[in-house]
Amino acid sequence: MPTTLENWNPGKAEDRHPEATYEEKERLFLEVKSDLRYEDFLYGCYECGICVSACPSARFYDFSPRVIAQAMAREDVERIYDILTEDIWNCAQCFSCVRCPRQNNPGGLVTILREVSIKNGLQESKDALQGYSRVIYKVMLKGNQVSPDMLQPDFFPDWGPWVKNFSENMHVWRKAIPMDTIRGITDVAWRVERKTLLELYTIWFESGNMDIIKELDEGLYDLLADVMQEELEEG
Amino acid sequence: MPDNLTTIEEILERKSHPVVRDASIAPTHDMRELLFDLEAKGEIIVQKVPEPYVEFTTKFGRKKKIPIEHTWHHKSCGHCGHIPGYASSILWLHRQFDLDYHDPTDQTSCTGWNYYASAASNAAGQASVMARNFAAAYETGYFPLIHCGTSFGHYKEIREQLVHNQELRDEVRRILGKLGKPLVIPEEIVHYSEWVYAMRHRFAERQLVDMSPITATVHPACHYYKIVAEDAIYDPEIYGGQRTAVVTALLETLGMNVADYSTWFDCCGFGFRHVLVQRDFTRSFAVLRKIEVMKNEANPDLTVTHDTGCVTTLDKSQFAAKAHDRKVGIPILSDAQVAALAMGAHPFRVVQFHWHSTDWRPFLEKLGVNWQKYWDEFQADLDAIRAGTKSGITWEDADQPIHLTA
Repeated sequence: MPTTLENWNPGKAEDRHPEATYEEKERLFLEVKSDLRYEDFLYGCYECGICVSACPSARFYDFSPRVIAQAMAREDVERIYDILTEDIWNCAQCFSCVRCPRQNNPGGLVTILREVSIKNGLQESKDALQGYSRVIYKVMLKGNQVSPDMLQPDFFPDWGPWVKNFSENMHVWRKAIPMDTIRGITDVAWRVERKTLLELYTIWFESGNMDIIKELDEGLYDLLADVMQEELEEG
Repeated sequence: MPDNLTTIEEILERKSHPVVRDASIAPTHDMRELLFDLEAKGEIIVQKVPEPYVEFTTKFGRKKKIPIEHTWHHKSCGHCGHIPGYASSILWLHRQFDLDYHDPTDQTSCTGWNYYASAASNAAGQASVMARNFAAAYETGYFPLIHCGTSFGHYKEIREQLVHNQELRDEVRRILGKLGKPLVIPEEIVHYSEWVYAMRHRFAERQLVDMSPITATVHPACHYYKIVAEDAIYDPEIYGGQRTAVVTALLETLGMNVADYSTWFDCCGFGFRHVLVQRDFTRSFAVLRKIEVMKNEANPDLTVTHDTGCVTTLDKSQFAAKAHDRKVGIPILSDAQVAALAMGAHPFRVVQFHWHSTDWRPFLEKLGVNWQKYWDEFQADLDAIRAGTKSGITWEDADQPIHLTA
């Protein structure tokens, strides 16, 4: 069959995920494309591979920022769905890929893809974040990503005997820090005012962040929403 | 072909325009001009860099103002949670010069670590968290000094998004309205390592420890210089202006030998989500692409970096690699900790070496520091805290510099 504008499909991927319809895959891609950052993150692709050479995940996984930029530039709906379901959680988000001579930001594209995947409840993203939920709980509720009491030997066995030594001495070590905002605090990184936390909760509700959590993990949403709403009502 | 994808005609039309190469429309610009335009329209408040400040050249030549004092310390989750000697060294350095600063409790995490790990947020949420923190700083009159490399990079990127998107500004203003706060963006987004760079000669004037026996390698933090790359400090005297000057310039000023290695551009392997729940990637990358390469090519006594995740990843990843007979064993410190140590900060009350897991004793011994003596002092502090005769270590216990090699 001669190539025409109607059937031209240069190098586009085959359907490897028949469980989703083309229309559904296209809808997800158009959601990515409509993100306000999309145009700043993608200008086309020279296919030079500079992003791949700088990418830590490309050394460790079957992962390529070049393929992501390329698939996006070609609007290859099937390939983009492959990326959504198979690749995005391998990215280290270091942004080494932004040395792109075309000024693409493949790491930024991954961020948008991840957001769309979560908002749409893709199972692959739920699986990738299963062990991570408690960190989301911590940062959204306490305003800090990590805390000293997270350093437990069963959670960080590969960090060696230091972790055990630390956890046995945590309370006294934390008192032996000269900064007033840290001293003696173990369940957060620094002391955050209640008023500040209430403002943070308001941001999560008003920005639609809580809706995202609901789609990702309903149990986590219930835990967070209960505490936040109660605190906000108390004022 | 579906109607709503880009059509071939649209692509052909786009490609029919010639590519214009002109320095005047280069992609980098002075963000401040756009900020002041928005301020003139009444859309935002621009918090000015307070006097005294110093100006340094950024990657493509713009002069960036770095405030010396009156700073609002935007703390880092990873510093304060897992490497507290990092944060206390930054403040200790301020205190040595009687510089006015504010260590707030009206501050949350930027939540950028979580966003890069999970994407369980959105542009409006992330921008509002940043704007809430900046408004809180503005209310105090102090200027934000960002401790975390990821917060610094994340905030720079959010600033770009806010400046270029009316819709996002409107949404963030609406959310901030619920909090009774204005939309404030600082004139400069400043990383603490830029302040360290600005202060390095003053540190050297008060240096008490000879650092010349030490060979160090530098790991430049990705989110400092790769995100919004044009807003990082470069100096023709350091690597010919081809890499960021912060950290390296400090070490050279303090008299260390800075050794090079081939994988300097590689990330540390942190990975945000990976370091917490998928550390096979983190450990492998940190050891195989950073630590072992440094060992083979430079055999340093120390590696110095300027971000939360990098210190944690490079330090903590080394233990497990010993089981595989990999070449490891390089202690990891931040530039602030090195500067504080050089000026005589107590190794445990201030620098808090005991939170670092890769053996740091050989490094201190090479400097001629009798670490056991200071460890014993610190143990006495801990005994007093355990006995209830002391509530904790305060700045009164920690401020005084010590002749550590005497």
